[in-house]
Amino acid sequence: MNIVEATHITRTFQQGDIAVQALTDVSLSIEKGGFVALAGPSGSGKTTLLNIIGGLDTPDSGSIVLDGNAFEDMSRSQLADLRLHRVGFVFQAYNLIPVLSALENVEYVMLLQGVPEKERHDRARSILDDVGLENRYHRRPHELSGGQQQRVAVARAIVSNPSIVLADEPTANLDSETGKGLLEIMKDMNHRKNVTFVFSTHDRMVMDYARRLIRIRDGQVEDDVTKNA
Amino acid sequence: MHCQLAWRNIWRNPRRTAVILTAIVIGVWTMLMVTALMRGVSNGMVKNAVSTLTGEIQIHAQGYRSDPVIEHSMTDITRVENTLADVLPGKAVYAFRIRVNAIASNARHSGGLTLVGMVPETESQVSFIGPAAMRAGRYLDETDKNGILIGAATADKFDTEVGKKLVLMSQDTADEMASRAFRITGIYTAEMSSTEKQFAFVHMDTAREMLKLPDGISEVCIRLPDDENLDRTASDLRASLGDGFAVHTWREILSAITAYLALFDGFMMLWYVVTFIAMGFGIINTTLMSVFERMREFGVLKALGMKPWWIVRGVLTESVFLLLLGTAAGDLLTIVTVGVLAATGIDLSSLAAGAEFAGMSRIIYPSLTVNDVGMANLVVCLLGVVVCTYPAVKAARFTPVEAMAHT
Repeated sequence: MNIVEATHITRTFQQGDIAVQALTDVSLSIEKGGFVALAGPSGSGKTTLLNIIGGLDTPDSGSIVLDGNAFEDMSRSQLADLRLHRVGFVFQAYNLIPVLSALENVEYVMLLQGVPEKERHDRARSILDDVGLENRYHRRPHELSGGQQQRVAVARAIVSNPSIVLADEPTANLDSETGKGLLEIMKDMNHRKNVTFVFSTHDRMVMDYARRLIRIRDGQVEDDVTKNA
Repeated sequence: MHCQLAWRNIWRNPRRTAVILTAIVIGVWTMLMVTALMRGVSNGMVKNAVSTLTGEIQIHAQGYRSDPVIEHSMTDITRVENTLADVLPGKAVYAFRIRVNAIASNARHSGGLTLVGMVPETESQVSFIGPAAMRAGRYLDETDKNGILIGAATADKFDTEVGKKLVLMSQDTADEMASRAFRITGIYTAEMSSTEKQFAFVHMDTAREMLKLPDGISEVCIRLPDDENLDRTASDLRASLGDGFAVHTWREILSAITAYLALFDGFMMLWYVVTFIAMGFGIINTTLMSVFERMREFGVLKALGMKPWWIVRGVLTESVFLLLLGTAAGDLLTIVTVGVLAATGIDLSSLAAGAEFAGMSRIIYPSLTVNDVGMANLVVCLLGVVVCTYPAVKAARFTPVEAMAHT
């Protein structure tokens, strides 16, 4: 079963007088439980595609269906709801809320979902334990290393039980060892909880971890390879 | 956690928060201090006017106020006394007076003034005149049938002193000229020199004899323990006394002061709004800065699924915390300042001539009501939230991608 169906996606950005074609007639499907990397050089359109899949951006033409929800039929508010309940995001720059502790950052998504306080606490602690931050609950982001912050971001992305996690260059600001540790955590989540992961990356290590590699160049799919199990 | 997040966000940049809080504190303090001073001035004006023979309520014969001659006297004193006994609240006091225009003269000078025939014991309970007001000599007593009290300004004008003679002339009930020589028993001082120039006091019996008014009085001056039942008491008196008598409250007698007081509330509100406008630019600027600094964060929150109005709510919650903190601190500073100044008063002696012209006391005691503080706080908080809506909505309007593109 496919969790993402992207059909004939086109996206153009206006930069001054110049129209930049970020994506040109891109079509792809992503199966549930996939561990997929969108790879390509800077400016290839991988982040744009990731944003469109996550409902953060709207294509100029084409359609996206995420977990059975067609975006073109949805209002901004409905898309926000979909992101809240079905999609997790991991960003390159961690993007944690600096005035909240690690625990509170993870809880915050559940707060937006309306999860009761005790359940929020328990699930947040559990997921932080899973990512190896059991002694860091009350540390604020500036008190954590880059790798630890990214693990909090992964915990935040996963704690809401999303159908899919979209990670935009999650290892870009990490050293290789830390990046590898993070990927192991996400791979484990993928296996245990069957959460679909889609990465936008130009990191070789991420590409190696991915079971499916979609290469994008100049806004088009250049190559789409599923590795043998 | 929303409130917790808003509170922590305020203190992300403590210096900036301290600056905006200082602006709010100073703004609120300014609003309230000016109000306290103005209310002190108006309280002083009212107090002066009421104690300068006006009282809270006056009773006259119909026609007296428009033509204050001896013919317009009240003669049925028993009825008046019985009515007062029935209607007035427990701690009210009153005094009877005869009041006519007269000419005073001595060897050096002559001039017009108002002759007040009074009962010394009751008069000292309703007006400023009494033993404490005497600068020289003494207050009148029951034996002073030829005694007269004049103001210090009158004594200066007539170049006279205690013990000297003063002749007063007026019209009596027979339409004849009545004149009598008095011995100056005491010289009084009043809050305003115009009062000292205007009134001369003699014993009621002396005035009756001089003016050939054996049973009548010109007016009853009533002091009430408080202002709360003023209109109701006046209304009850009117109903009981019926035609032939005119009952007026101080608000009706002192129409200029009443008009000023009516303007006061409107002016106060205008002052609050103007002060807020000056303060508001600082508030909105600070909120905008804090929002633009966090634009990327707002983008992430929207990406996570936060609805735009939640972002508006978050920013407005921060604004509300700032406004509440600032107004509370401003209130506290004002209460301390007004508390100190209300005890010591502000001496306007150097401006005495100008102050007296406006009917103001020489010393002003600032005063604030709960309503003043409430209104100032409401204006600041309400308008503060209104002006902060712009940055809040601005924060919510960006799409997640646009917001996260901010550096």
